[in-house]
Amino acid sequence: MDISLLLKMAADAEPERAGLTCDGRNWTYAELWAAATGAAVEIAASGATHVALLDTGSEAAPIALIGAALAGVPYCPLNYRLADADLGALIARIEPAFIIGDVERVAKLAPGGNHKVFARADFVKLAEQKAEPEREAGEGEGIAVQLFTSGTTAAPKAAILRHSNLVSYILGTVEFGGADPFEAALVSVPPYHIAGIAALLSSIYAMRRIILLPAFDPKVWIELASKEKATNAFVVPTMLSRIVEALGDGSNAPDLSHLKAIAYGGGRMPVELLLRALDLFPTASFTNAYGLTETSSTIALLGPDEHREAHKSEDPKVRARLGSVGKPLPTVELEIRDEEGKVLPPGEAGEIYVRGDQVSGEYRERSALLPGGWFPTRDAGFLDDEGYLFLSGRADDVIVRGGENISPGEIEDVLLTHPSIADAAAVGVPSTEWGEAVAVVIALKGEQPTEAEIKSLIRDRLRSSRVPERILVVEALPYNEMGKLLRREVRKLLATA
Amino acid sequence: MKAGSKLKSAVCDTEVLLVKAPAEGVLSCGGAPMVAERGEKGTVDAAFAEGTKMGKRYTDATGSIEALCIKPGAGSLALNGVALQLKDAKPLPSSD
Repeated sequence: MDISLLLKMAADAEPERAGLTCDGRNWTYAELWAAATGAAVEIAASGATHVALLDTGSEAAPIALIGAALAGVPYCPLNYRLADADLGALIARIEPAFIIGDVERVAKLAPGGNHKVFARADFVKLAEQKAEPEREAGEGEGIAVQLFTSGTTAAPKAAILRHSNLVSYILGTVEFGGADPFEAALVSVPPYHIAGIAALLSSIYAMRRIILLPAFDPKVWIELASKEKATNAFVVPTMLSRIVEALGDGSNAPDLSHLKAIAYGGGRMPVELLLRALDLFPTASFTNAYGLTETSSTIALLGPDEHREAHKSEDPKVRARLGSVGKPLPTVELEIRDEEGKVLPPGEAGEIYVRGDQVSGEYRERSALLPGGWFPTRDAGFLDDEGYLFLSGRADDVIVRGGENISPGEIEDVLLTHPSIADAAAVGVPSTEWGEAVAVVIALKGEQPTEAEIKSLIRDRLRSSRVPERILVVEALPYNEMGKLLRREVRKLLATA
Repeated sequence: MKAGSKLKSAVCDTEVLLVKAPAEGVLSCGGAPMVAERGEKGTVDAAFAEGTKMGKRYTDATGSIEALCIKPGAGSLALNGVALQLKDAKPLPSSD
């Protein structure tokens, strides 16, 4: 079974029901299915090895996702916010590709490339024209999705999710057609993030209409949620922060009473922000979803009842659960292990390991799964004595800012290109707005560059999310006897400076 | 029977996908063994005529089999002659 069956079942059951609303147009499940089958014809004919979306979200995303599945080709949405050099490198890695979206940028970055490139509207029209709605869903056993994800070193890894991982995840967490006809989910997360893909598949299988907001803006989000009577929404913490700001004290806000279920994930949710949101949306249910690209998204969740219980509890232990990511899904196994791989008891922090059918842990380059199928998440955390999972940062050095993985290495490499910088370390520091913000500590070998100069250097070579919020100059960076940079000491320097 | 395989009813429109399959056994629908490809359509045995519902999952008492209905029909499912039950769905809150 492959993910195309998820859409086919919806199209068979309720062909005329609206499945997606984008830029004012409604798409029924039958229309989405038909377009996906047409996309498959074009993709198969192109000989492409990957289908890439280089675009903000739109109906093209689910059409391409399912079309690629039907054609037996991995779907590999690309992050359009990447700098040219980085995006160009990724496009080269998936050549020859069927690329939908920014035709001009692809022409600039891959001029001699053997790619078939389509503007969004052209792709959609072609897909509708070539539709073969009577065809069966696929039986694909291969790779459904490929997502480039940052690790500790500069070059992104190509994480792969097989059809079996995604199908297991959806069948294990979503009741087919479980949504009532009036339900609608506002999706504003980017199409190149696992949450954006999981949102499409979950909503399609539940038959909950998707309201797609291509580019997040808090005021537009609020207006759209009100106008389309969104009942569900998924947000990353930074989006929720901006929505809460835009709502102010709630007195001038449009009617959001339809919003019954807010799910959040993709990064650390500051408890102060959650409390404000709980107060602004008193009748909504909140769900915290913790997951990774490599695990097909959610592996643990803190549900609405658990939020409510924690919110009104006087017991500090129960109240603390507002800061947890909840209990592991019944379909996965989760353990905390120390550096030697020994399983730790409740209360002790270590690295989070997870196992289950939805867990891939595979990259193009290699599998990260250990014998027995366990996947080391590189997230640090602990379980309390009732099985609630608490995160305590990264077990590796990756900075997680606004739900986005940032490799310290890429920032450090750029800083070291400056003639006055002898050494550099980039670490995450706590941030109410972002979960973590980027901070850098540098040692000099010449005249001290200005903060503005350093920030420009990083913004120009990388992008704005990599620009440090804090820059600290020191005599020398802390190393151990083996010559290893001690990042926890770097963080201490920032904390005490 | 293999997990991941599709089976069709020989006597009604039902089609299922095996999410979980026991090593041995016969899955029937409407009283007739399910098949990979349909031949001539038979008639539904009244004892197994509860019908199947799209998207529902059916299991036995031990959980050795899990059949996802991908096309509904008039017959109902049984493993080795024992009627399958609707899987107890404890729906999770929507998290995506």
